[in-house]
Amino acid sequence: MSSPPNQPRTLFDKIWDAHVVQAETKETPAVLYVDLHLVHEVTSPQAFTALDERGLRVRRPDRTYATIDHSTPTLPADADGARPYATPAAAAQVETLRQNCAKHGIQLADWDSADRGIVHVIGPELGLTHPGTVIVCGDSHTATHGAFGALAFGIGTSEVGHVLATQCLLQRKPQRMRVTVNGRLRPGVLAKDLTLAVIARIGFGGGSGFVIEYAGECIRNLDMEGRMTLCNMSIEAGARAGMVAPDETTFAFLRGRRHAPQGEAFEAAVAKWRELRTDDGAVFDSEIEIDAAEITPMATFGTTPDASVPVGSLVPAPRSDSESKALEYMRFEPGVANTHHDVNVVFIGSCTNGRISDLRDAAAILRGRFVKDGVRMLVVPGSEAVRRQAEAEGLDRVFIEAGAEWRLPGCSMCIAMNGDFVGPGQLAVSTSNRNFEGRQGKGARTILASPATAAASAIAGVLADPRTFAREAEHA
Amino acid sequence: MPERFTTLASSTFVLPQANIDTDQIIPARFLTTTSQKGLGAAAFYDWRYDAQGDLLPDAPLNTVDTTEHRVLVAGDNFACGSSREHAPWALLDFGFRAVISTSIADIFASNALKNGLLPISVDPETHARLLAEPGGRVIIDLERSELSIGNEPPISFKTEPFARRCLLDGVDTLGWLLERLPAIEDFESRPA
Ligand code: SF4
Repeated sequence: MSSPPNQPRTLFDKIWDAHVVQAETKETPAVLYVDLHLVHEVTSPQAFTALDERGLRVRRPDRTYATIDHSTPTLPADADGARPYATPAAAAQVETLRQNCAKHGIQLADWDSADRGIVHVIGPELGLTHPGTVIVCGDSHTATHGAFGALAFGIGTSEVGHVLATQCLLQRKPQRMRVTVNGRLRPGVLAKDLTLAVIARIGFGGGSGFVIEYAGECIRNLDMEGRMTLCNMSIEAGARAGMVAPDETTFAFLRGRRHAPQGEAFEAAVAKWRELRTDDGAVFDSEIEIDAAEITPMATFGTTPDASVPVGSLVPAPRSDSESKALEYMRFEPGVANTHHDVNVVFIGSCTNGRISDLRDAAAILRGRFVKDGVRMLVVPGSEAVRRQAEAEGLDRVFIEAGAEWRLPGCSMCIAMNGDFVGPGQLAVSTSNRNFEGRQGKGARTILASPATAAASAIAGVLADPRTFAREAEHA
Repeated sequence: MPERFTTLASSTFVLPQANIDTDQIIPARFLTTTSQKGLGAAAFYDWRYDAQGDLLPDAPLNTVDTTEHRVLVAGDNFACGSSREHAPWALLDFGFRAVISTSIADIFASNALKNGLLPISVDPETHARLLAEPGGRVIIDLERSELSIGNEPPISFKTEPFARRCLLDGVDTLGWLLERLPAIEDFESRPA
């Protein structure tokens, strides 16, 4: 149902209402218009096949943008230009997307493109992500784009086919949740720590059926990258999407980006984007408040992203069979500090924390220090643009000199389908978004944390609070 | 287009674990396929095979006869995580036609319905009863939206009305959406 026009509306309502092609009824969902459809190699091949079977064309290739990120190796091509794909199937999947894009006239950030990267990193980077738009992708972390005040959510492959063929989706309107984060984050506490604290508070699945708007002083003070980290993990609380109302920070980020409106058109767009905020008195179906000042560096201890506690605290006693099983899988004991166990792998990257500020945060801790013997550290930039920027700043040297591996952009160890994985039984501290059993490789045990905490843990060889490594020099 | 779904009488297969995520249902390394066929072989792979890739003969999922047990009863909060439609494809190809839990993740449920795998959310008491009796007989009647356990009176369940209609009548969702093209073009021609 769309809300009556004279009633106060939430940001989400405003975007939803503006995209309804055909209103929802009891019998049928709304037909919702999609402004931008992002595509990658893993969830699209069967959708293109569905189009082919009906002899359909992609209706709006101009609103479709593709990249390769999940199945792509992060090691360079050999002397003959051959890429070290994990399997022939992975290579074939990339080739399939290439063919589908060529056939339908879809822009693809391919291997030779300076724009290539993880789908949710490049959208904002290229200025494709605009406030007030509906953005979808066959990928549950599409909510990342909500940081710009867009309604962005993940869809399945059937729906990818629907959007390719019609530029529309059938959707029931979700409910509205507001998470207000008051106050300011303490020094050394990052957006990822806030994110883990928010998910711990809502609970795994607690956001099911909701679109979350993040609001409050703390959110206003986050930079765009921090907002992206936060919105990115909305799905880990079960929510369809997460969003932040656009403001000066948003406009400053977008100004001058290639696919953003240019010149006068940009100023006109900004004038419209300023209206994208929740009206006073608008009602949410659920409200949660959090105090930013109480948050310290966080780390997960279980096998769901909501199971986190501050770094340096004790692993809590399990409250259910599934929590006992999770601890058993992690080989953690209740009542023992979460900083107790030897870490084997540290992974910095992913669409949650593979952007330039994340690499800077990690490098600030690592500079002049060394990854502990026996720890493998992998740093994977989120995009070619992030890689270029990091190399221009010398961050790659910081990582390599500390003993870490510096790789090509991609999803890599976040999902472990490209040949980069955590070995069976190994303990990893990762900046990615899922600590599910086997997510980073069969039998892999994952602790989710911020880039600073991951870097500190690489040095210490155990989970470590980055604030102990923050040097005075960096604050001078 | 999904197979139609009207009624299903079957024994249940129970996986009591809570929070079974999509990475358990089908591990990511099997997602490099470009087809949606044959994914049953990868369903719950890491629960069915050891680290060397050898079949675990005692794993319950390796002893189940899915011609008999077509209804999966899973622990709380089923199928959270990824939007991969490979998850319902794998479960269907493995032999399941319905999955019952107390809560089922949004995207998974939506994907499942589009493929003819019926997700049913039930209250905790009903769930507990189903968990306590693996292999029990259930009848799912989608026309009446009723689930019967053994000889007890049926319990009603909810399915999104459009998806339900599509399953009962074999409506082709994409075809339905394509019929809306005039309205879509009209929407596109409105001033922004
Ligand atoms: S980085 Fe991880 S979560 Fe993000 S799109 Fe890639 S696989 Fe998905």
